[in-house]
Amino acid sequence: MMQHLPVLQVLLPLLGAPCAALLRGRDMAWGLALLLTGAAFLISAVLFGLQYNAGEALIYDLGGWPAPLGIVYVIDAASALVLPVVSGIAFVATIAARRLVEAEIDARDHALFYAAWLLTIAGMLGQVTTGDAFNIFVFLEISSLSAYALVAMGAGRDRRALPAAFNYLILGTVGATFYVIGIGLLYMLTGTLNLTDLAERLAEVESTRASFTALAFIALGLFLKMALFPLHFWLVPAYAHAPSAVSALMAATATKVSVYVLIRLMFGVFGVEFNGLADAIGLLILTLGITGAFAGTLAAILETDLKKLFAQSSIAQLGYMAIGIGAMSMTGLAAAFIHLFNHALMKGALFLAIGAIAAQAGRVSMQSIEGAGRQIPVTMTAILVGGLALIGVPLTAGFISKVYLVRALLEQNFWLLAGLTFISSALALAYVWKIIEAAWLKERPENAPALIETPVHYVPAWLMVFATIGFGIFAGPLVDAAYAAAAVFIGGPS
Amino acid sequence: MTSLAGQWNYFLVIALMMIGFYAVIARGNMVKKMVGLTIFQTSVFMLYISMGKVTNGTAPILTGADIADGAQTLYANPLPHVLILTAIVVGVATTAVGYALIIRVYESYGTIEDDDLIKMIEAEEEDEDKIGEAPSA
Amino acid sequence: MQDDPVIRVISKVMIPTVMLFALYVQFHGDYGPGGGFQAGVIFASAFVLNAMIFGLNRGRHVWPAHLNLLAICAGVLLYGLTGVASLFLGANYLDYDVLGATAKSGQHIGILLVEFGVGLTVASVMVALFFTFAGRPTHVRLLSKMQAHEGARPPAPKDEAKSEAKTKATKDNKTGAHK
Repeated sequence: MMQHLPVLQVLLPLLGAPCAALLRGRDMAWGLALLLTGAAFLISAVLFGLQYNAGEALIYDLGGWPAPLGIVYVIDAASALVLPVVSGIAFVATIAARRLVEAEIDARDHALFYAAWLLTIAGMLGQVTTGDAFNIFVFLEISSLSAYALVAMGAGRDRRALPAAFNYLILGTVGATFYVIGIGLLYMLTGTLNLTDLAERLAEVESTRASFTALAFIALGLFLKMALFPLHFWLVPAYAHAPSAVSALMAATATKVSVYVLIRLMFGVFGVEFNGLADAIGLLILTLGITGAFAGTLAAILETDLKKLFAQSSIAQLGYMAIGIGAMSMTGLAAAFIHLFNHALMKGALFLAIGAIAAQAGRVSMQSIEGAGRQIPVTMTAILVGGLALIGVPLTAGFISKVYLVRALLEQNFWLLAGLTFISSALALAYVWKIIEAAWLKERPENAPALIETPVHYVPAWLMVFATIGFGIFAGPLVDAAYAAAAVFIGGPS
Repeated sequence: MTSLAGQWNYFLVIALMMIGFYAVIARGNMVKKMVGLTIFQTSVFMLYISMGKVTNGTAPILTGADIADGAQTLYANPLPHVLILTAIVVGVATTAVGYALIIRVYESYGTIEDDDLIKMIEAEEEDEDKIGEAPSA
Repeated sequence: MQDDPVIRVISKVMIPTVMLFALYVQFHGDYGPGGGFQAGVIFASAFVLNAMIFGLNRGRHVWPAHLNLLAICAGVLLYGLTGVASLFLGANYLDYDVLGATAKSGQHIGILLVEFGVGLTVASVMVALFFTFAGRPTHVRLLSKMQAHEGARPPAPKDEAKSEAKTKATKDNKTGAHK
């Protein structure tokens, strides 16, 4: 059964979804979701080990049709690194989901909620695993469509979830359609959809105008999907008004998967050189990245709603990932992978902790957490550590990301950009300080509702916090894995 | 193929694509946005389907005669059709989710015009900041 | 509309024919043009036609909602489990070769099962879409208004009461926002 693990990874949540939709009774659907995401996490951990030991890509031919005829699932160093992030966070978010969903979603919709939940996880795992350009689109849409439904389920508590979900749907579909146009142009040029085969055949027609157009469409579509500045407007309302469990899952994984797909397509198919355009494309992505880092951080400082604040900070953090990609170097790509991994952990911790408060207090604003640091110290400390990691304080995972990011920029002599990255990270201190001020330095108002915390509330968030600190102190294995992932795209055949 | 007339299908696709995309961006009515999105997606379907056409090619169905003679019949490329069959299903699902959301928005806000919605949402947000609590919570 | 004799008679002929044609498209799909997607939509159109002519309530009676959900899920599971069956028979996922005595018959059985799953899901999803959209309280209210205008019988009173409450809520929201 070991050789079937790549497909089981995607298949378990995918087939779990219709089963979950049919289950009746308290917590049945949740139990199934927990079981399946747990299994997916276990499988992805085993796959990581198998891939590491094999030292080469594990390839699975669906339906027994070998590449490039059939669709293949590829577990190489890059996908082996991203899979545990997605499935691990899905697992932890599912643990927390039970309480959050009970508080926020009508009991009649629980079965359908977990069906959509499993589908969106299956879609994300599929995007990472598959080695077929069109299959990526299909999984992209599976995860996006169920995500729209999940965001809209926040309507029971906050009706603004509906227009937020609609705008997310419009922009998400435009992004996905741009991606398909790009893939269509590539298929016209090469007659293949397998990513490896595509890379080989594209080398012959690389300098045609159609191939540049294809790159532009694919990149633009994925920029929209990963919410790169200035295409990020769908993200903040969607994360802020979605049910808390959904915010946690999506903030931690959805955009990261798009970053991964972008790296896979840009570097894995078009190659590092882009036929002489590398400098121009790199400069574009760097500019967007650093602008996004500043725009997101500044907008976050002005926000008073915690969910919106951290959604804005996600835009800044995605900007840092874009900077890593835009550096167009081995170190830059490794930094992007490191930050992708670490940011998923931090945002998972933050949104799970906020969700635990939101399930009791409704909206989590600066006002509603006044004095909360004394009332619910463990949950608030999780938010604090997550915030410090976002700034990049040493001993947290965020520090490692920033170190490698700055190193990548200095390697290429981008002194100005390295300075700007440092400044924008330091600016993040402002919004973290706002939270410290509200939660610890102010007294809890007399009429404010009492917040409680029990291990059920904070354990999921603290799992993520421990991971954040753990990978901040023992970063060696992660850095090695990220360099191995970057080596798949740079230095290998392109 | 290099002549403009030989590429009329691309011009058709581009025209449709821009009409749809314009409607998505410029229209404030959510239903019109969805219509635009559907046109936009349809243009991509046509891009794919027209690329599968092979001059003088027939429908890609293997007949008995082909197998017996080993004759080389020219077939149209069936792969883009299959891809687009999938994309159409995705499009149907997107449309359904989109219209479902529009109905829900109409039921809870009483309007499907973007401008009105934005005003109402902004008003709600201001209220929230004043009270510091969600109105429904 | 069910009072019109022409429509009644034609529908009695059309609905079974449409269903039969859907089955033809479905089972022809493994050797020629056709397949689950197309067949599912055609099959669903028979139910839609039935509901359009005889009203939503009788349409729902023919194909109840809980059965529909079961059919949607069963179709997906049939597809997925066909693939899993080949896993247990020692081949890769969705490799149909091992399902039959020979590779050819295996492929035949596999395609038949998978396409049947697709057809089942597509048909029931389409029916579900129609009923969910058409049965929405706001829509039912609009429809009954139109029919009252034409002097026809309004639909079931139960939906009517519900929709009234809903519209009231919507109106309240509207006036509240304009203040």
